[in-house]
Amino acid sequence: MRLHTSLRLAAVVAATALLATACSSGGGDETTDGSTGSGEKVELTFWTWAPGMEEVVDAWNAKNPNIHVTVNKQDGGDPAVTKLLTAIKAGSGAPDIFQTEYQKIPTLVSSDALADIADVLPDGTKDHFAAGTWEAVTLGSDAVYGVPQDSGPMEFYYRDDVFQQLGLQVPTTWEQYAEVAEQLHTADPTKYLGTFSATDAGWFTGLTQQAGASWWGIDGDAWSVEINSVQTLKVAQYWGDLVEKGVIDNKPMYTPEWNAALNDGTQVGWLSAIWAPGVLEGNAPDTAGKWKMAPMPQWDGDNATGNWGGSASSVTSQSKHAKEAAQFIAWMNSDQEAVNILVSAGGLYPADIPGQAEALANPPAFFSNQPDFYTLAGQIAQTVTPFTYGPNVNVAYSAYNDEFGKATEAKKASAFTDAVQAMQTATVDDLKSSGFTVKD
Amino acid sequence: MTTTELAASAAAVRRRRRLAPYGFLAPAMVLFALFLALPIGYALYLSLRTVKVSGLGLGKGARTEIWAGFTNYTAALTDPEFIASVVRVTLYGLLLVPTMLGLALLFALLLDSRRTCGKGVSKIAIFLPYAVPAVIASLLWGFLYLPGVSPFYYVFEKLGWDVPDILSAQWVVFAIANIGLWGGVGFNMLVIYTSLKSIPSELYEAARLDGASEIGIALRIKIPIAMPSLILTFLFSMVATLQVFAEPMTLRPLTNTISSTWSPLMKVYRDAFTRDDIYSASATSVVIAVATFVLSFGFLLLVQNRAFAQESRS
Repeated sequence: MRLHTSLRLAAVVAATALLATACSSGGGDETTDGSTGSGEKVELTFWTWAPGMEEVVDAWNAKNPNIHVTVNKQDGGDPAVTKLLTAIKAGSGAPDIFQTEYQKIPTLVSSDALADIADVLPDGTKDHFAAGTWEAVTLGSDAVYGVPQDSGPMEFYYRDDVFQQLGLQVPTTWEQYAEVAEQLHTADPTKYLGTFSATDAGWFTGLTQQAGASWWGIDGDAWSVEINSVQTLKVAQYWGDLVEKGVIDNKPMYTPEWNAALNDGTQVGWLSAIWAPGVLEGNAPDTAGKWKMAPMPQWDGDNATGNWGGSASSVTSQSKHAKEAAQFIAWMNSDQEAVNILVSAGGLYPADIPGQAEALANPPAFFSNQPDFYTLAGQIAQTVTPFTYGPNVNVAYSAYNDEFGKATEAKKASAFTDAVQAMQTATVDDLKSSGFTVKD
Repeated sequence: MTTTELAASAAAVRRRRRLAPYGFLAPAMVLFALFLALPIGYALYLSLRTVKVSGLGLGKGARTEIWAGFTNYTAALTDPEFIASVVRVTLYGLLLVPTMLGLALLFALLLDSRRTCGKGVSKIAIFLPYAVPAVIASLLWGFLYLPGVSPFYYVFEKLGWDVPDILSAQWVVFAIANIGLWGGVGFNMLVIYTSLKSIPSELYEAARLDGASEIGIALRIKIPIAMPSLILTFLFSMVATLQVFAEPMTLRPLTNTISSTWSPLMKVYRDAFTRDDIYSASATSVVIAVATFVLSFGFLLLVQNRAFAQESRS
C-alpha cells in the first residue's frame, strides 16, 4: 500500500529541510566564530532565480576577494519562499541573501525570515530609489528589509502591424480599449486584444493598483483589508463586462496555448510590465519587430500605472554576516557597473534611478523598432501609484485563482464582482483566525 | 579449557543468539521509527497546534505556537472546500475505477485467450503508459487538451465537428480521469493477467470437454479465480483515487476550472505551502489518512469471506 498522506507530507517537509541544509553547505555558517575582522574571508550564499545573477556576482567576487558570494539558483518565487520558510522553521539552512518579490516581503517579515539591515547598509543607499519603491522594503517603518533590485511598471503592448492593417487606434483610455477590443474581435473573430487571466493574481493586482486601489493598510497596531474597494470593484466590473461580451478571451496566460496565440497573432495585445520584451522574445519569436509599447489605458485621464513583478534583495535572519551581505546587495543594486550588468545580462529594469540613464541607453533587441522604448518606459515608471501589501498576500492570491477561475469560466460580469467580495472575505477571515488585529 | 570457562562461553553464545534477532530487526525498526512512526507522530502533534499572531505580526516574537485542541479538525471537517473536494474525488473515482478495472480485466482476458496474436507487443504497449510519471503524462495530455495547440482539436475542426472544450467546467473531471485511466490500465492488467496465468490448464480442458465456449470459460472459470487479484487492484485504485494529486495539480495552470482545492490532497498542499499553515494541513491529512484506512479495511472485511473463501477451503 502507498504511504499515508500525513507521513508523506512530513517526509516532504523533512526532505525539503535536508535539501535546504545540503544546499547551504559552504554557506555563511562556515566561518564559525562569526567575527568578520579584516583579512578574513567571508562566504555568502545567494538564493535567486533572476537571469544574469551569476555575471553580476562574478564581477563582485573579482573585486572583493574577502567577501565571496555563491549563487544558488532557485526554481522561482513561490518555491523559493516555501524553501526559505522551511529553513527558517528548521532553524538552519537559509542562505545569507535572498531574492524577495515585493509582495512577499510582509509575509517573510511576519515569519521573521528577513533581517533588518537599517544599521549596516552603506549611507545614502536610500537616495538611489523612488520613494514608493523604498517603502516596499521598509513597510513604512524604520526597519529596512532589503534593497530594491528591479521593478515592473505596467504598460500596454500591442501588435503594431495588425493595428495598422485593421486601422485601429492605440487606446489611451479604458473606454477606448473596450472599443478597440470590440472592433478587433468583430473584424476578425479569431483575434483578441487580450485575455483575462485567472491564474495571474499579480497582474490583476497591478490593474487595480493603477485604478487607485491598495488592498492592505496599516492603521496603528491593526491591519486593514480593502480588496473590495470601489476601485477594485470598478476594474472587476470592467473586465467582467468585456469577458461577458466575448470581446476579450478568458483563457489563462502562460499556457502553451497562450504562447502559440501570441506567436500566431491570435493575441494582438498584452497588458504587461517592463519585462515583457524578454517573455515575448521567448514565447513569440516569430513576431520580432512587430510589437510596440504604449502607456496603459487610463481611467480618468490622470496618468497612472500599476506594478507587476519586481524584486528586492534581502538578508535573511539566519545570516551571520549581515554587514557583508548588506554591502554586497547595496553594491549589486545601486553601483553603475552592477546595474549595467543587471540590464545587459539579466534584462531587468533596474530600480536604481541614477544608474538608469547609462544602463538603459539602447532599447531591448526585440523592440529595436522602438528606439525610445526606455525613454517612454522611464516616464511611465514615474507614474506608479502607491500600494501596500499585507502579511497574507498568499491567501488573497490563492483566493483570486479560485474565485476568478469560476468567474471567468462563468463569463458573467456579476461573477467578477462576487469574486472580489469572496477574496475580501477569505483574506480577512485568514488574518482574524491567525490572531492579527484587523480593522473593520 | 575448564568446565566453568566452557559454561561461560556457552552462556555468551546463548546470549548472543538471544540478541541476534534484534540485531537483524534493528535496521528495519530504526528506519520505520525514523521515517514512518516519527513523522506520523509529528504530524499528529502539529495537527493539535496553531500559531497566534500579536498586533501587526511583523518583527521578532510576533508569532507564537500554541495548543489548538481539536479546532483544526473541526475546521477541516466543516470546510465547504474540503467537502466539495471529497465530492469531486468521489465522482472522479466512480468514473475512473470501474472503467480502468473493466478495461484491465478485458485486456487481461484477451491476452490470456488462446487465439490472440502479438501478445508480447500488446502487453508492453498497454503497460508502457504506467512507466510514464504522472506529472509528465499530465503535461503531455495537457497539450492534447488545449484546443489551440491540440492535434485532436485540429482534426475535429477540419472535420467540421464542434467538440466542446474538455477542460471546461462540466468535462474537466473526465480529462483528469482519462490521464489516470491511461496510466493505470496497464499496471492493473498485469496483476490480473499474472493471476490468470496461474490457473491450471486442466480446468480449461475439463470445461472444454463439457462443451464450454471461450466466453463461458472466461466468465465461469477465469473471473471467479482471478477475483482476489481484482479485489486487490480495486483496493489499490481506491487508495490512489483518494490521493489523486499530480494530475490535477499539473493541469491547473492550463485552465480556470481546476481550483487549488480540487482534490483533498491539493487542499493539504495549499494549506501547508501556499497559506503556510502546516497545522491545519496536518489535521486534514490525518483525516484523509484515517478515512483511507477505514475505507480500505472496511472494504476488505466486506469482501473477505466471499473472495478468499475458496483459497482457505482448498
